[in-house]
Amino acid sequence: MSAPTAGRGTPAARRGGRAARGKSTASMRHRLAERGVDVSLLMLLPALVFAVVLFIYPFSYGIGLTFQPTPAMQEQWGAGIWSNYVAFFRDGFIFDSVWITMRLALPVALFNVLVSIPVAFKLRHRFRGKKALTTLLVLPITLGTVLTAQGLLIFAGRQGWLNRFLLEIGVIDQPLQLVNNYLGVMFSLIISGFPFAFLLISSYLSGIDPSIEAAAKTMGADWKQRFRRITLPLLAPGLATTFILTFVLAFSVFPSARLVGDASGETRVMALMAYRAFGELLDYPMASTIAVMMGVVELVVIAVVLLWRSSMYKGSTGGKG
Amino acid sequence: MAIAAGTFDTLELRGVGRSFGGATALADLDLTVRAGEFIALLGPSGCGKSTALNCLAGLLPLTHGEILIDGERVDTVAAEKRGFGMVFQNYALFPHLTVEKNIAFGLQMRGVAKPEIKRRVGEALELVKLEQHAKKLPGQLSGGQQQRVAIARAVVLEPRLVLMDEPLSNLDAKLRLEMRTEIRRLHQSLGLTTIYVTHDQEEALSMADRLVVLREGRVQQVGTPEELHNAPVNWHVADFMGYRNLIDLEVSAVAGNAVTVEGRGLTLRGTAVDPAAVGDHVRVAIRPEDLTVVSPGAPVQGGNTTSARVSVVEYHGREFAVGVMTPGGLALHVRSDHAPRVGSTVELTADPDRVRVYRAELEDPSRMSVEERELAEVRR
Repeated sequence: MSAPTAGRGTPAARRGGRAARGKSTASMRHRLAERGVDVSLLMLLPALVFAVVLFIYPFSYGIGLTFQPTPAMQEQWGAGIWSNYVAFFRDGFIFDSVWITMRLALPVALFNVLVSIPVAFKLRHRFRGKKALTTLLVLPITLGTVLTAQGLLIFAGRQGWLNRFLLEIGVIDQPLQLVNNYLGVMFSLIISGFPFAFLLISSYLSGIDPSIEAAAKTMGADWKQRFRRITLPLLAPGLATTFILTFVLAFSVFPSARLVGDASGETRVMALMAYRAFGELLDYPMASTIAVMMGVVELVVIAVVLLWRSSMYKGSTGGKG
Repeated sequence: MAIAAGTFDTLELRGVGRSFGGATALADLDLTVRAGEFIALLGPSGCGKSTALNCLAGLLPLTHGEILIDGERVDTVAAEKRGFGMVFQNYALFPHLTVEKNIAFGLQMRGVAKPEIKRRVGEALELVKLEQHAKKLPGQLSGGQQQRVAIARAVVLEPRLVLMDEPLSNLDAKLRLEMRTEIRRLHQSLGLTTIYVTHDQEEALSMADRLVVLREGRVQQVGTPEELHNAPVNWHVADFMGYRNLIDLEVSAVAGNAVTVEGRGLTLRGTAVDPAAVGDHVRVAIRPEDLTVVSPGAPVQGGNTTSARVSVVEYHGREFAVGVMTPGGLALHVRSDHAPRVGSTVELTADPDRVRVYRAELEDPSRMSVEERELAEVRR
């Protein structure tokens, strides 16, 4: 919403400069409107209120909390107002959760992006049943995490349909451990994250003019060369954005880590640690510290991806994008 | 010039056709192209000309017929192995590669050695006069420069055949004229066999050695620019070739080729293109340049004369384009060597040789099925 205002601002500022030299004959109201100041600004009000009340204030408050460690913390770790942060890095039980979360979120994000590419490619062309297939792929968006978790437990649990079927036909003689561990959370994250990745990559792909690929074809490039030399470089910025999105979604995993994971072991993710500090230890400042560090870790990963992306071509790709 | 065209003797299209589902986009295209020829495929949008080009390039598989080069089938060869160059309407440059790398791309795909690539890219850049833009991305170039990159990218491969899909339609009028000359120059200096798709008859007439006029997926006429310009075979081609005056009249007298047609308060002597009999409904085609306002400098020709009221006058430099209305309510486009007053009545004349009388139906009735003939009867 701020973009058009800013866009209008630049030429208006130039016009303003000219008006300052001569005496402007336009009314005050007209001149303000030229700078984007008019009644329509009120339309931004709800967004502004929400941003302040629900984000800026609580966020600042939370950051403030992290610098007010409990006496117990200060006693154990010292370092004055920094004691929560010291605890975060020194306390292996807490710090390990960073790697535990990474170990889940990175492979899931990578899987979602890599698997979406060929699917989006195939679904670019028109064929019978395309709509049905797209719907099927996107449908999991409508399922909540809890429903997905419940389904996974019933389907893939020790006494679930899948295990009973496999035992029945004699493929296995011990039920497979597919839920209440790392795998269960991974399945759940893929189910909820894949539709987003697929939809995003599809739209990025449709933004690439198909005649660019046709041109490469007439110039003698086979499909591997076309993909590697033309499509992939043009798609890369989109892949980076998609990766960031599914990574952030997976990194903040909480319900499925508890419901289909191993909440005290393999899937002791950061969000669970923050919840534990807040709900069980009633240590609000430490909970805030873990939440802030979650954001920091995500920002680091995003920064790395964006850095890689900035080395890519980012301009127009000629399509309907 | 080191860049030269790949060679062959003849390219032959035999009964080439393409259907999409039930709809026929192109049917029965027969054409023999000799090496070095410049062929224009001409027609309104949706006539199948781009389909024909894409079939040739291998981007669309044929549904009927075959394409042969020196007797060898090429329609079964994959697009990337045909060795044809193609210039796309929207240029389709690789946006993430510099001009240089765009041009080098095809050579790299063919595994040409690096120094050789460098030399040939340099020559191609020189050919299209873009040496100083070699390191730029396509997005930093103007439309005309992008078009030249697209052409350089196609000809650097020394293709056997260059296919161009309305390459000038996205340029402004002045640039279009320049690029037209440029393409013609490249064609002549490199001896490239070129197939050029356009909907602009002026472009086709000025550039091509031979023209193929298409309508609804079928060939209407194949011929040299002169043949098409002076002797279109049916009123549709005539319409496309600038015979702006198309008038439905009735034959009142026949003497060999010479016929007299009348109707709507108009009597004209003309030349029958199709056999005509007294009482036939015909469509008469006359170019505005051939229908002139009678003046001391432009006397009555062949006794052809009719009067009309002037409704609009446009200045065209050496002459005036005049819109007139006949007493029968027909609007005609004519030319004049002076500016008649709007609202005044003027005498018009035309050489009977240049008044072309066509059968009103485009399809030959003897080739139509019974149903089609009945339908045509009802429409009349």
